[in-house]
Amino acid sequence: MMGKTAHTEIQKEASMVLQKEMIGNHFKLLSQAKAQGKKVVYTFVPGNLNELIRSFGMLPVHPEINALQSAMRKLSGGYILEAEKYGHSEDVCTYVKCDIGMLKMGNIGPLGEKLPPPDLLLLSYTGCFTFMKWFEILRKEYNCPTVMLHIPYQSDGKVTPSMLKYVVNQLREEVVPALEKVSGVKYDESKLQTMLESSARTENDLVYIWETGKNKPSPIDAYFGGVYYIGPIFTAFRGLPECEEYYKQLRAEVDFRVENKLGPMTPEGILKKEKYRLVVEGPPNWTSFREFWKMFYDEGAVVVSSSYVRVGGIYENGFRHDPKRPFETQAEYCFGCYTNLNLPMRISLLEKSIVDYEADGFLINSIKSCNSFSAGQLLILRELESRTHIAGGFIESDLVDPRYFGAANIKNRLESYFQMIDANRGLKTSPSKR
Amino acid sequence: MSIERIIERCEALYGDLDLSYVREFKKEHHVKAIGFMPVYVPREIIHAAGMLPVGLMGAGSALEIIKGDSYFQSYICHIPRSTLDLGLNNRLDPIDGFLFPAICDVIRNLSGMWKILFKDKYVKYIDFPQNFKEGIGGDFYRSEIKELFDDISALSGHSPSPGELNSSIEKYNENRRALGRLYALRAEKPNLVPTHELYLLLRASNVMEVTEHTSLIDEYLAKVVRKVRPIRDNIKVVLTGAFCEQPPLTLIRAIETSGCQIVEDDWVLGARFILGDVEITDDPVKALSDAYLKNTVRTASKFEDDGEKGRFLVEQVRRLGAEGVIFAAPSFCDPALLERPMLQDVLNKEKIPYTSFQYSENTGQFDVMKEQTGTFADSIKLWGE
Repeated sequence: MMGKTAHTEIQKEASMVLQKEMIGNHFKLLSQAKAQGKKVVYTFVPGNLNELIRSFGMLPVHPEINALQSAMRKLSGGYILEAEKYGHSEDVCTYVKCDIGMLKMGNIGPLGEKLPPPDLLLLSYTGCFTFMKWFEILRKEYNCPTVMLHIPYQSDGKVTPSMLKYVVNQLREEVVPALEKVSGVKYDESKLQTMLESSARTENDLVYIWETGKNKPSPIDAYFGGVYYIGPIFTAFRGLPECEEYYKQLRAEVDFRVENKLGPMTPEGILKKEKYRLVVEGPPNWTSFREFWKMFYDEGAVVVSSSYVRVGGIYENGFRHDPKRPFETQAEYCFGCYTNLNLPMRISLLEKSIVDYEADGFLINSIKSCNSFSAGQLLILRELESRTHIAGGFIESDLVDPRYFGAANIKNRLESYFQMIDANRGLKTSPSKR
Repeated sequence: MSIERIIERCEALYGDLDLSYVREFKKEHHVKAIGFMPVYVPREIIHAAGMLPVGLMGAGSALEIIKGDSYFQSYICHIPRSTLDLGLNNRLDPIDGFLFPAICDVIRNLSGMWKILFKDKYVKYIDFPQNFKEGIGGDFYRSEIKELFDDISALSGHSPSPGELNSSIEKYNENRRALGRLYALRAEKPNLVPTHELYLLLRASNVMEVTEHTSLIDEYLAKVVRKVRPIRDNIKVVLTGAFCEQPPLTLIRAIETSGCQIVEDDWVLGARFILGDVEITDDPVKALSDAYLKNTVRTASKFEDDGEKGRFLVEQVRRLGAEGVIFAAPSFCDPALLERPMLQDVLNKEKIPYTSFQYSENTGQFDVMKEQTGTFADSIKLWGE
């Protein structure tokens, strides 16, 4: 599965190469969109309606993906400063500022191709208030048609009939007509259903992959590796044949590691020894992603489950896109995205992961500019400690602002946390045995 | 009561973190109290069910936060930590239920924290529609109101009739009219209505029973029009961005004494969220919904997709003859701070001067802000058109 390359060379699996090609092709298509008469829709990852957008032959752009890609390429710092020059506060979401800065500096996408302006802004307002303001800013910048899909919050831990009806009504009466108008294409339900069938198959594969984290050693890292695993399904590809291909490839790689009792792939090759099994809450830092990951795999720490990879949809609870109910199923998908769950639901989900995946510890990476995730995390920490009797760890960083990644401080905290897990071992049994 | 006595009373209510008024009102009337966070909730429903609506706006600068701080990272705004501190220290005990309106992710998540930390209290997050069409957003909002209505009725033990709900609607209509008169007088004769007095009167609406509050405003107005107060050479400004976490009273006074006469603002916005009257009809739930959909202020917690961002603010400036705008937003307030550059851009195009700063409810140092607003006032006096 791995090439015999020098230790310093970044190790990549075939699925990663495949994903890179998919993304590269997508950005190329985007750069040629105007010339080829393709319409472009800007939208967000949580609650994304990729199948619907694609059924109209339109191409999606995800501003937050551009921001994180820019951060991984060390471009976000400059973009953020540019946005702050235009009056954007230091206090607000850095995804927004990175996106605005990139726009102000020519809208050259993270892969070096110029991004086309949107023909439509499709705001799926799911689990993040900032999305709403972000699209107001973009609307002002682009002065293009905008359509809002408001997803009510699961504040009482359930989706009521009225919530479902509200979203379905918006889809039927607002979103579809807007897509029809901008694309010039009539809504084709059978086309959408075919894509939704494909999505369900992909979702089966993704759940299968997450579940392998229960193996010891875990063949996957469900946080650092996990952000690659969610790439195709949470962005421009869910519902497309190449997405299914990607997950088949990934599944084969993971199966190989399970069969051979191998740990997850890291940038420095397969992890030799799994020493700590962690559950992580919160998004990763993107500006120093590799450095951050290294702090874990150098210590033998594997993230067996994480909440961040549920931000674009939760499938372990049985949800699959259902082609027989195309509107309702899209609504239900949106309702179920992680940050659209109330705090008690989030805590229960994390607790279940800690128990089911037999984690040694759980860690919160609290992100300065993401209130949707961060507000309440200290209570999450207390509740999880109280329920699982496992001490949690807490670190702070940011999404894409390099000014807020204190490597030494984070490394110190992580090392102390791992020492604490070591000290506690022998004193406690694993959570599943309690 | 004299003006001084009215303001003293309001200031006492403002500083009363133990909610003595609420405790006494409950005892006297044998009713329950429902607290609500900013910005807006339909208080009419609470009132109609025979309960006391209580606006919760943190603790200002009067509380040293200890417990509340242990639940929030340093980069979360201040209002949730002081509100939680009050709750954890039993100072919100007289509140029987808590409403958390959809305004931002922090208040949204606070609703979940409240469910966990205060299990014996009624907690509801109100998801206001961001679709403002009658058959879509209106349909959803009516079901939200109905759910609130049923919950509140169960909590109070009394399900109000349409007539009773209309009666409450009328009382809040009267209150908004009274507040309208207060704001109009301040705009017309700023020397008569100092902003810190207006603010204290407005803040009293958070706790005071609505008819009592309306009478208090009317009494103040009746007295103040006869008062002789010096006319000052101040500039007129609109202040915006303070719709949730409130600036400390001392900061409001500092802005005034720096040479800025505030003629419009967005603090305690829930009391003035609906513009004009809610209609009295056979279907009061629909009337409340219609008022929300069609006739409210423009503020950062609402989505605007009509390309008219900033027009509401510009119209306020033009209508009231304001000479500038002060953007005063709480630190780490996503809605206000994300909105700000868009509004500033509109003001630039309209050639309306502005100045901006951030505060928190417990800000203790005002010199820099006072210097800033003072310089702003001077620059307009010297070089303004």
